[in-house]
Amino acid sequence: MSQQNQAPQSAAPVAPPKPSKWRTFLDSDIVYSWKRQPVVILATLVTLIMFAAALFAPWIAPQNPFDPRQLELIDAFTPPMTTSDFTGNFYLLGSDSQGRDVFSAILYGSRISLLVGFAAVIFALVMGTALGLLAGFRGGWRDALIMRIADVQLTFPSILMALLIFGVIRGFLPRSLHAEVAIIVLIIAIGLSDWVQYARAVRGATMVEKSKEYVQAARVIGLPARKILFQHILPNVMRPVLVIGTIGLALAIIAEATLSFLGVGMPATQPSLGTLIRVGQDYMFSGEWWILLFPGLALLILALSVNLLGDWLRDVLNPKLR
Amino acid sequence: MLSVRHLRVEFPTRHGTLVALDDVSFDIAPGEVLGVVGESGAGKSMTGNAVIRLLEPPGHIAAGEVLLSGKRIDDLPEEHFVPLRGRHIGMIFQDPLTSLNPLFSVGDQLVETIRAHLPMSEKQAREEALRLLREVGIPAPETRLDSYPHQFSGGMRQRVVIALALAARPEFIIADEPTTALDVSVQAQILALLKRLCADHGTAVMLVTHDMGVIAETADRVAVMYAGRLIEIGPVDEVIRNPQHPYTKGLMASIPGIAKRLERLYQIEGSMPRLAAIPEGCAFNPRCPHAQQRCRAERPDLMPAGGSQAACWLHDPVDPLPLRQDLAGEEVSHVR
Amino acid sequence: MCADTAVKKSMATQGEVLLEAQDLARHFDVSKPWLNRVIERREKLTLKAVDGVSFSIRRGETLSLVGESGCGKSTVARLVVGLYGLTRGKLAFDGEDISNLAGRTGRQAASVRKRFQMIFQDPYASLNPLWRVGTIIGEPLRFFRPEMNSADRRRRVGELLEHVGLSAMDANRYPHEFSGGQRQRISIARALANEPEFMICDEPTSALDVSVQAQILNLMRDLQDEYGLTYLFISHDMAVVKHMSDRIAVMYLGRIAEIAPADQLFENPHHPYSKMLLAAVPSLEGVGKERTVIQGEVPNPVHPPTGCAFHPRCPHANERCKAEVPRLIARSDGSEVACHGVEEGRLP
Repeated sequence: MSQQNQAPQSAAPVAPPKPSKWRTFLDSDIVYSWKRQPVVILATLVTLIMFAAALFAPWIAPQNPFDPRQLELIDAFTPPMTTSDFTGNFYLLGSDSQGRDVFSAILYGSRISLLVGFAAVIFALVMGTALGLLAGFRGGWRDALIMRIADVQLTFPSILMALLIFGVIRGFLPRSLHAEVAIIVLIIAIGLSDWVQYARAVRGATMVEKSKEYVQAARVIGLPARKILFQHILPNVMRPVLVIGTIGLALAIIAEATLSFLGVGMPATQPSLGTLIRVGQDYMFSGEWWILLFPGLALLILALSVNLLGDWLRDVLNPKLR
Repeated sequence: MLSVRHLRVEFPTRHGTLVALDDVSFDIAPGEVLGVVGESGAGKSMTGNAVIRLLEPPGHIAAGEVLLSGKRIDDLPEEHFVPLRGRHIGMIFQDPLTSLNPLFSVGDQLVETIRAHLPMSEKQAREEALRLLREVGIPAPETRLDSYPHQFSGGMRQRVVIALALAARPEFIIADEPTTALDVSVQAQILALLKRLCADHGTAVMLVTHDMGVIAETADRVAVMYAGRLIEIGPVDEVIRNPQHPYTKGLMASIPGIAKRLERLYQIEGSMPRLAAIPEGCAFNPRCPHAQQRCRAERPDLMPAGGSQAACWLHDPVDPLPLRQDLAGEEVSHVR
Repeated sequence: MCADTAVKKSMATQGEVLLEAQDLARHFDVSKPWLNRVIERREKLTLKAVDGVSFSIRRGETLSLVGESGCGKSTVARLVVGLYGLTRGKLAFDGEDISNLAGRTGRQAASVRKRFQMIFQDPYASLNPLWRVGTIIGEPLRFFRPEMNSADRRRRVGELLEHVGLSAMDANRYPHEFSGGQRQRISIARALANEPEFMICDEPTSALDVSVQAQILNLMRDLQDEYGLTYLFISHDMAVVKHMSDRIAVMYLGRIAEIAPADQLFENPHHPYSKMLLAAVPSLEGVGKERTVIQGEVPNPVHPPTGCAFHPRCPHANERCKAEVPRLIARSDGSEVACHGVEEGRLP
């Protein structure tokens, strides 16, 4: 009202020139907060670079580490920054026992790690959000049942849970399929072990939103539950979900690496970062340190930057902290 | 007792500095209840928070001074200021649950507060706590001393908070919306209690509220705030019966009464400006029926008006602005 | 707009009963979860939020429900619009039985639901923060009039915004860009969108400042005159209720203590609780005078007193009041009072 009064009353009100979406975005609190935190800027850059490197691995990597024909066994254990005396290949980060270029293996390995991470997060997010919405919106026995299952699952460490799920799924599959479906089994195992936190967050947020008056207004109109759920409640509970998803991505990457490290994840023929670390540790004390160090560093940097981004996003989007 | 001089509170933001309080001055005498009234965003709670230094960062006092019993307290370092809270300045907030620790019994909290400020033994302090609870009208205080805050009803809880605020016998109490969360019947009890106790102890009270009814029956003097500024201050019956500032007039007329029934309520058009867009000159000028060129250019200071003081050019002792005749008649008819 | 016809219609039918509520009750289960109950050997706890409330509202009038927190006034509002199901009792809207409205959603209930709307207390929670104002106001139109094309709908939304004192261009903005009073105007515009006959207003100005409250109350009165609206108005503020109502029902702990025409109630309240409420209102006229201080507080509604729920605070209570629940009894002056003292003639 005050604006109306201050503006001279003209016959044809003219809308103020609307800033473009891009400008509005650049002016938002999120961008402002991003610009003021060098650590977050760095984390963003590192994350982007690693995503890009993983995505474009086939064009960047000197060799395809999954293709045995490209491996030169004679170049095995070439130290970093060395050109092989036998084949004349240059190994930026050295090579492993199979003559596999560690740099290429890391690029392809982070590709698998990220793929598993993203897919597992999406799996957990969709499942957790759906169950959380159902529990929070309908309440009653559905709520009790879902949340009790969640409670039980939370009492197991998620890695143990993933191991268990992983073992059960593999038990049902013929041995010959294990290597082929390893990636899908991993995704399901990590996803299933992770849905609880989404379900809890969504359930809580749903119960809060459900009692808000705009939802009651929609119910007074008589909107069917389905519309209220998807048009009103779901969009308003997505914020915490996205934050958990970002932090969850880092955790899923680490979970995948852990499983692969324990030998129940990706096979050595299709190594993820975790597999590389497992393979590398055999050579740590025999002098070929690079086989372990570089994949380990790659995992550390990737998980750390994604986690930093997630933490920052949580702080920025959390209305309580503002 | 308390003097606030030219207080200015600023909030630096990335879009520029917001002035939340601008040149606010008032005094409170011992035993006096000063009501600070205004609508949301007027800066009434901010005034209280600035005095007890509970401004949320990045808000800070940018200018002016606060004196308690003649001593400046706004420039004290934090470690010298903290002991003042409780000992010399008591606080009562709207939600009693935020002032009480849910994990400790009421008796423990009282004893702890008393012993923190007064030289008393555990036993003496417990006696004192009992006396305080009795004084604020808690029935059977011996049995309630070991109860926890959640075991009290809303009104009883607010009584406990008052006991807590009075525990160290402070000279000055800030009560921020002390009865807003309570039902009317309980509200009357709490206000009567607060008023009686402060009169007995000679405690000065700054009563911050949006409710004119609460002010009318509790306060001795009223300060009316608008957009971070003090626009009228005076004895309560003067300000309520014969408001001088056009905003106060409008405010009083817009309150529905139970004595008379009007077809329409008087309404002040528009709403309070946001801090980021406080108009030049008098902050009320865009909504004021009498506003003229001078109001849009020059900010009025408090000047004597009727039995009180108002910050309005209508009351300029040298060159009073003429009341707009076409509006004056109509407006007066609305004032009850 | 069909304002003129609405007014004429309301003139012609003034006095006819629009909403009839008989013996409404709503009980909530507030017990602990089953497992805790079994282990701690606790009984099931029932909160009788509303317990036997009857009233009727005639077309074009404003009936207010007034009372302190926990008296069940907001629950009554939510029962009427079908946000809660009835535990007991009957509701009829314009002759049609709507007792089971809470169980009906979607198209099958649209014929009734489109005839009333609700305005809520909290202007910050009553608008979906992610929707543009135009989408919010258009929501009832999209549902009740799917045949309306989007250009017509936009035009209608613009009209509504202008009607409640905002600008048609505000349709493109988001709720957070508006002040509390402006948001309440948006809520009112949404409620008006489908030209309802009956509005349920749950503390519509309690969260607003007094000067804004005056604007909103005036707007609501104007709209009532213009559209011949019927209001069920809920408030805890006696002065606001007096300003708005034709008749007032005073509620205490889930029951109606007294129903009377507004002026009658303020001049000559019968029920001791009505008297107490009126005495407790802070008055601007009596500056410096202390109000009559009333002892006690509203008891916990989970464990209400026996008999007349008000008896522990009532100065006139006797044995009968402690044992027997009083019924609402009509008096010759047009009021209905639920008080043994008044019925027996002990009290005026």
